[in-house]
Amino acid sequence: MHAASQSPWRIIYDLRARAIFYQIVCAASVVLIAYFLFTNATGSLARQNITTGFAYLSREAGFVISQSPISYQPSDTYARALLVGIMNTVRVSILAAFLATVIGTLVGIARLSANPLLSRLAMVYVDVLRNVPLLLFLFLWYAVIVTSLPPARQAYQILPHVYLSNGGLIVPALQWSQELTYISLALIAGIGLAFPFARKMRDKRVVTGVERRRWPLVLLAVIAPPLLFFAVLRPTLAMDWPEIGRFRIAGGAQLMPEFVALLVGLSLSASANVAEIVRSGITAVKKGQWEAAASLGLHRPLALRLVILPQSLRVIIPPMTSTYLNVFKNSSLAIAIGYPDLVMVSNTIMNQTGQAIEPIAIFMMVYLSLSLCISAFMNWYNARVALRG
Amino acid sequence: MKRVTMNMLLAGLTAACLTSLSAPASAQSTLDAVKKRGKLICGVSQPTPGFAVPDSKGVMTGFDVDICRAVASAVFGSPDKVDFVPTNINTRFQVLQSGEIDILSRQTTMTFSRDNSLGLDFGPPVFYDGQGLMVHKKLNISNAKDLDGAAICLLPGTTTLQNLADFFRANNKKFESVVFENPDENRNAFFSGRCDATTSDRSDLASVRAVANNPADYVVLPETISKEPLAPVVRQGDSNWRDIVSWSVYTLIAAEEKGITKNNVDQQLSSQDPEIQRMLGVTGDFGKMIGLDNRWAYNIIKGIGNYSDVFERNLGEKTALGLTRGPNQQWSKGGLLYAPPFR
Repeated sequence: MHAASQSPWRIIYDLRARAIFYQIVCAASVVLIAYFLFTNATGSLARQNITTGFAYLSREAGFVISQSPISYQPSDTYARALLVGIMNTVRVSILAAFLATVIGTLVGIARLSANPLLSRLAMVYVDVLRNVPLLLFLFLWYAVIVTSLPPARQAYQILPHVYLSNGGLIVPALQWSQELTYISLALIAGIGLAFPFARKMRDKRVVTGVERRRWPLVLLAVIAPPLLFFAVLRPTLAMDWPEIGRFRIAGGAQLMPEFVALLVGLSLSASANVAEIVRSGITAVKKGQWEAAASLGLHRPLALRLVILPQSLRVIIPPMTSTYLNVFKNSSLAIAIGYPDLVMVSNTIMNQTGQAIEPIAIFMMVYLSLSLCISAFMNWYNARVALRG
Repeated sequence: MKRVTMNMLLAGLTAACLTSLSAPASAQSTLDAVKKRGKLICGVSQPTPGFAVPDSKGVMTGFDVDICRAVASAVFGSPDKVDFVPTNINTRFQVLQSGEIDILSRQTTMTFSRDNSLGLDFGPPVFYDGQGLMVHKKLNISNAKDLDGAAICLLPGTTTLQNLADFFRANNKKFESVVFENPDENRNAFFSGRCDATTSDRSDLASVRAVANNPADYVVLPETISKEPLAPVVRQGDSNWRDIVSWSVYTLIAAEEKGITKNNVDQQLSSQDPEIQRMLGVTGDFGKMIGLDNRWAYNIIKGIGNYSDVFERNLGEKTALGLTRGPNQQWSKGGLLYAPPFR
């Protein structure tokens, strides 16, 4: 009896040991399959004399990208072209997510309104936008912009130096300089500063019960740092005025129709989702909360803002994460309407180098890592608003 | 119960691993594979008038399509034993590399890096093209160098984008590029005036112009900013298959040079010209040398005609594209078409 329990074979009857064994076998087979797929692909590529590797990233790209947040020339490398694509994707996704949140929240609240006209309109809005594929909307918005507006040569001049045409909206812009970059960084720092400042004042109000105007001081916190920098650096401010050239309007800041169509398409479609999420969040809060707020003397908008919405955030945040992820991933439909996002730049690179696996691997990695970042941020925020204890 | 499912899962995984590890890479030649299948599989453009487009009965027609039909005729004696696969401009080479198609006949420019880094081989050029620019007529432009600052719509096609950037850089001019994945969106953006110009191979511009509401509103500028020899593509490492494709093309060219047409090919069987006799398989054993029936070249001409027949039927002046032969003329008439001798 005693000898048997000492036997090394006894371990196969140990449930825990078995469980660990199965886990190891499972993990090993996953690794083995991945390894097999990798070696199989590289092996057959080598057999077919197809060039592999990432050496192309440092070669000259040689193609033009019209919309770029950073300076980019055709003589720059493929790596920089890729970076431009990533930044274009991120730019349109962030703006679209922001707009979708604002519009969606308003529509979601309107959907619950006691006014039948308003709530019906909101319902129609949600139903139309949710039930038509996004791609069709992108084509629609793009076609509306491109066919209803005149060509650049006959651009509408809405304000002095502001032009609207199917080449985009063009406004005068500041000529950017190094000093302006510092000043904008100071502005961002000021905004960062304002939050703890505002919180401190609120805490003080809770303690003392004295209501004081918060906004002048908060505003000061925001604008003081950039003003200080401005006074010290004394940047030369020069405007870049748009001028009608032979074909296009040159100079100024340009909002391209491809970007606008994508932004509108993404944010409107997502806003319909957001509206439903917000509505479900609000209805999830018990009616008693409304009544309690009313009995404290809060009128309806104030009750919504102070009592209901903060509680409904707990229901709203988790599904919002997937809406934001969808906005981010759907931005890849940009390729259909000519906006140079990550996928379009990758496709061009694929086309020029003839290497398919590497650019796809890169753009999958980028989407994956940025999506994980969004999830991580939203999970952090969710943990913050969740019920504690 | 739990153990049983786990064991089954493991057994399944192991089996899957073993079978996939032991699956041998087939070393079968393309010709054998095609013959065994009983038909050729040919990658062509997404519908492009003149090059690859289904007619009102759904039958594929076009210049690139006929090149495939020529190869099918050489192998099977029938131009109909071929399946056409529309290929995306971005994945066309991968489709060929992975063996889904036997031949890519898709307005594809032969270049050094494609020939040498993609594991592919090019056949002889079938159409000597060059990149051109098409503009709205009302812009009153006669010269591509006047396009400084213009917006230009184009497809992400490979050489097109780079040639354009190079041309503008060389002339120290700027332009705004608007790149579309889909030919329809590209055309619409150009027609609606979003872009001042569009660029592509000249033959393709003719194809775009042919579908406009009023083709006279658009003009193709005189400059040709690149060389675009369009050629069929096959996988590297199968010389025999490449020979079959190459000599099918040469047959079309030589037949025109020798005056053999689809209509008179039967009379030509009794021609006294020894080269025609060798070519049509009346004498000699050229078919055996290339691994085909001795009548292979006869079958090509009988099936689809000679180069001139193919050109005029799909692209010529009587079609919507209205292209002249230009450089795609026999060498003896000052063109670039030159078939090596059938000797």
